[in-house]
Amino acid sequence: MPNFIMSYLGSTVTPGEAGNQFWALMYVLIIFAGVSVAVICMNWIERKALAHFQVRLGPMRVGPHGLLQPIADALKLMLKEDIIPAEADQFVFWVAPLIGLLTAFTVYTVIPFGPSQAVSDMNIGILFMLGVSSLGVLGIVVAGWASNSHYPLIGALRSSAQMVSYEVAMGLAVVSAILMTSLNEKGTGTLSMIGIVQAQQQQGVWFIFKFFPLGLIAFVIFAIAMIAETNRAPFDLAEAESELTAGYHTEYSGLRWSLFMLAEYAAMIAVSSIAVTLWLGGWMRPFPNLLRAPAWDFIFSLFPGLTFLGLAAITFLGVARMPAHSFFKIQRIGLAVFAALLGFLALLLLVIAIAGRSADTSLAARFREGIDYVYWFVFKVAVFMYLFIWYRATWPRYRFDQLMRVGWKVLLPISLGVLMVTAIVGVIVS
Amino acid sequence: MAPVATPFFFYMLAGLAVLSGLAVITRRNAVHSALALIVTLLSVAGLYLMLYAPFVAGVQIIVYAGGIMVLFLFVIMLVNIERSSKERRFNRIWPVGLAAACALLALFVFAFAKGRALFPDRMMTLPESSNTQQIATMLYGDAGRMGQYTFAFEIASLLLLVAILGAVIMTKKKI
Amino acid sequence: MSAGTNDSTNDVSNRALSNLDLETPEKPYLDSNELIINMGPQHPATHGVLRVILKLDGEKVLGTECVIGYLHRGVEKIAENRTYTMFNPYVDRMDYVAAVSNGLGYCEAVEKLMNVEAPARAKYIRVILTELNRIASHQLWLGTHALDIGAMTPLFYTFRDREEILKIFEKYCGARLTTHAFRIGGCQYETYAGFEKDVKNFLTFFAPKIDEYEALLTTNRIWMERTKNVGVISGADCIALGVTGPVLRASGVQWDLRKAQPYAAYSEFDFEIPTGTNGDTYDRYLVRMAEMRQSLRIVEQAVNGIPEGPIMGKVPKVIKPPVGEIYHSIEAPKGELGYFIVSDGSTQPYRLRVRPPSFVNLQALDIMVRGLLVADVVAVIGTLDIVLGEVDR
Repeated sequence: MPNFIMSYLGSTVTPGEAGNQFWALMYVLIIFAGVSVAVICMNWIERKALAHFQVRLGPMRVGPHGLLQPIADALKLMLKEDIIPAEADQFVFWVAPLIGLLTAFTVYTVIPFGPSQAVSDMNIGILFMLGVSSLGVLGIVVAGWASNSHYPLIGALRSSAQMVSYEVAMGLAVVSAILMTSLNEKGTGTLSMIGIVQAQQQQGVWFIFKFFPLGLIAFVIFAIAMIAETNRAPFDLAEAESELTAGYHTEYSGLRWSLFMLAEYAAMIAVSSIAVTLWLGGWMRPFPNLLRAPAWDFIFSLFPGLTFLGLAAITFLGVARMPAHSFFKIQRIGLAVFAALLGFLALLLLVIAIAGRSADTSLAARFREGIDYVYWFVFKVAVFMYLFIWYRATWPRYRFDQLMRVGWKVLLPISLGVLMVTAIVGVIVS
Repeated sequence: MAPVATPFFFYMLAGLAVLSGLAVITRRNAVHSALALIVTLLSVAGLYLMLYAPFVAGVQIIVYAGGIMVLFLFVIMLVNIERSSKERRFNRIWPVGLAAACALLALFVFAFAKGRALFPDRMMTLPESSNTQQIATMLYGDAGRMGQYTFAFEIASLLLLVAILGAVIMTKKKI
Repeated sequence: MSAGTNDSTNDVSNRALSNLDLETPEKPYLDSNELIINMGPQHPATHGVLRVILKLDGEKVLGTECVIGYLHRGVEKIAENRTYTMFNPYVDRMDYVAAVSNGLGYCEAVEKLMNVEAPARAKYIRVILTELNRIASHQLWLGTHALDIGAMTPLFYTFRDREEILKIFEKYCGARLTTHAFRIGGCQYETYAGFEKDVKNFLTFFAPKIDEYEALLTTNRIWMERTKNVGVISGADCIALGVTGPVLRASGVQWDLRKAQPYAAYSEFDFEIPTGTNGDTYDRYLVRMAEMRQSLRIVEQAVNGIPEGPIMGKVPKVIKPPVGEIYHSIEAPKGELGYFIVSDGSTQPYRLRVRPPSFVNLQALDIMVRGLLVADVVAVIGTLDIVLGEVDR
């Protein structure tokens, strides 16, 4: 058994490529669990961060500082009455949230958390991701239609028209990033996600800084388009409460509605992962070239442990600041246990970082490398998640015709221009 | 990478494609037909994958299932729903349809029997990574020469542009 | 006109539909392009119980009809059965957001009818409280208007800062919202110890807050796209309809009753009247933000020079105005608030008519939304700054 695990850890390819079904399945299960946990955390962070932006506290009662609120919400939604409109098409009504959910989760098959930490490294990885995301639109269209009601239908058609429009700009921005992968000796680029990050590693620069400002503009276009893709503010007219058309998920209640929300958050994480992989260097630590010495490697490898140490410290601070009233006894104990868990995790990560500080192929070193890769990837995606929440708190929302105008008349010409200029510059340089 | 369980996947995908194709033409509800067509297209994409053409499979999903079928669904939903479901299916000319289908089947059998020699005895194992590159070479050319299909490709894209412009001009009330 | 398909029992909506000038459609939904939508009395964006019936052509608005009266409480009829002093608290409940202004208008109208004048100290106190209330009213407007357009956060900021004003009111007269702050002839309560200090602290506290609100919205591209050229009304149209207040001033007409017909010590202060140029939602937003700053100016000048003296004028115990009638209007935060009182010599008014600014401004909704999209209707209702309490009374 330990040999089995050792032999797996020693591989340099993803389980899909190595034909290792067992490990591929393990990865799928880990990703499924991880994404679900991430969506739950994201729910809590969104409510807390929005509240703090708006000078209020957010959930505080259900669990210490509202930490158990998402679980309470999930339980409530599961136990709610399942209402299906009488005239609705039963089969389609049932299948619509599943379409959205399946496509949102299938995308995670190709997301690279590290050079061999992905379920499968398809050589059309980015194409696969774009394709499956575009299938997600179908879920929304069908959901609006299945409700058999005028307003959800209009809302669904609008949402899907918006998503389809911004997919074009997204695709063109992606293409200009892919162009940059072909600037090597062979002259051929790659569509595989791991290949794209390795191209950035090889060329020594994150694509967001490549051919400055072309990479930056392409990144910004993708960043704007991905907000519109996921129907988030400021492009969330179809879901807003104060508008007349109530949105495609009006008639869905309880568990079905929570499936839509799960699909939305999972899609947010998925498109952020695309942005991180294509432009921000994927799993690479910051400053891979400027700060190349092994000492810097060691310092950056301490970051996972230090992050959790910081979180544990903040949580202990929260425990100390809780009122010393008997009402809060259980909350104090719960929060203290949580802080202790975080601290334990931090210590574990620090021990691994220190034990594996040499760059050889010992077990500790391999563990450390794997953890580092996953940590930096998740850290960058988490920054994007925070940006999503920040945008929602700050900006008003676009009217639908203005939204479409921005997608077709502003983003599309700019992305076409960036693509052409990137191609010309790439030909000149190579 | 060695292929895994090929007969199982082939028969599953092929069967799924045929079944959902039948569902497309037998469903009374237009949206059900469209969803069944999406399943057909996805199974065909799977079959492309089995033929070591991953790029074609990816593009099939993006363009066909993700773009064209969404357009189909839009049109189906914007047309008056009650009227379309009350329309009688015109199945009075089904003998003609049956005759045409039999003729097509005969043609397929003839081509298969005569052209059996064209099909290789065992499966080719092409390297996966070459599909994208080969398509690119055929379409865009390589090392200074024009590709085999560059001209046709550009003309086709021009045709599509003309079609889009025509549709927009014909339907807008004022430009 | 038979409206057999829709509410045939609801007379009001029949009249409303006939006002919209259309044949009753057979199937008013997906077949034809025109459809009638009801933004019902319960709607998160109508700022109260207002029913707006929209006639749409696809997405464009062809016409609107407002159905009001859901909050009608018969205030003017009640006035005929109450003495002048007893009626004072009722006045706050009309425009409940700017209750102090309502009280000011009423007390001044009765004082004018009785030919008494409030002493100077009372006038200064009245000005300070009224201008603070103007700021509070505009803050509530800003928060709800931004929320309708989609910016969730300014609501919480404005409400948090509004608390300081409400604390001052509570310390002064015991109530935060419906203050009943003034009496006929002056003020009842002397300013509490620390009143000037509180007001001055508020002035230093609040000036950077307006900058904070402006930083969030004024140069925001999305805000500008949602509000520029939306709901345009010309100055001539405003005057023709009788629209007053920031709506009128944003259309370019420089008319403010505090300068045109000064009342209650306003003539002693130095302030400007902000005006706009285009008469769109963005200009109304800028005008109200500038008005908040001007109110700060007025309060600063007032609180630095409150004269000593009595707070109540020479008013008899039983208020019996001579026979006659009077119309007196003030510049409330929403526009010209007028009181027309007919006295028959008794202790109760013969007729008391209130001219509420929101009621008259609401007429402009029809002109403003023609040709706009449905999503803009919500923005226009917000920019008119209506309070249903005074529309319906």
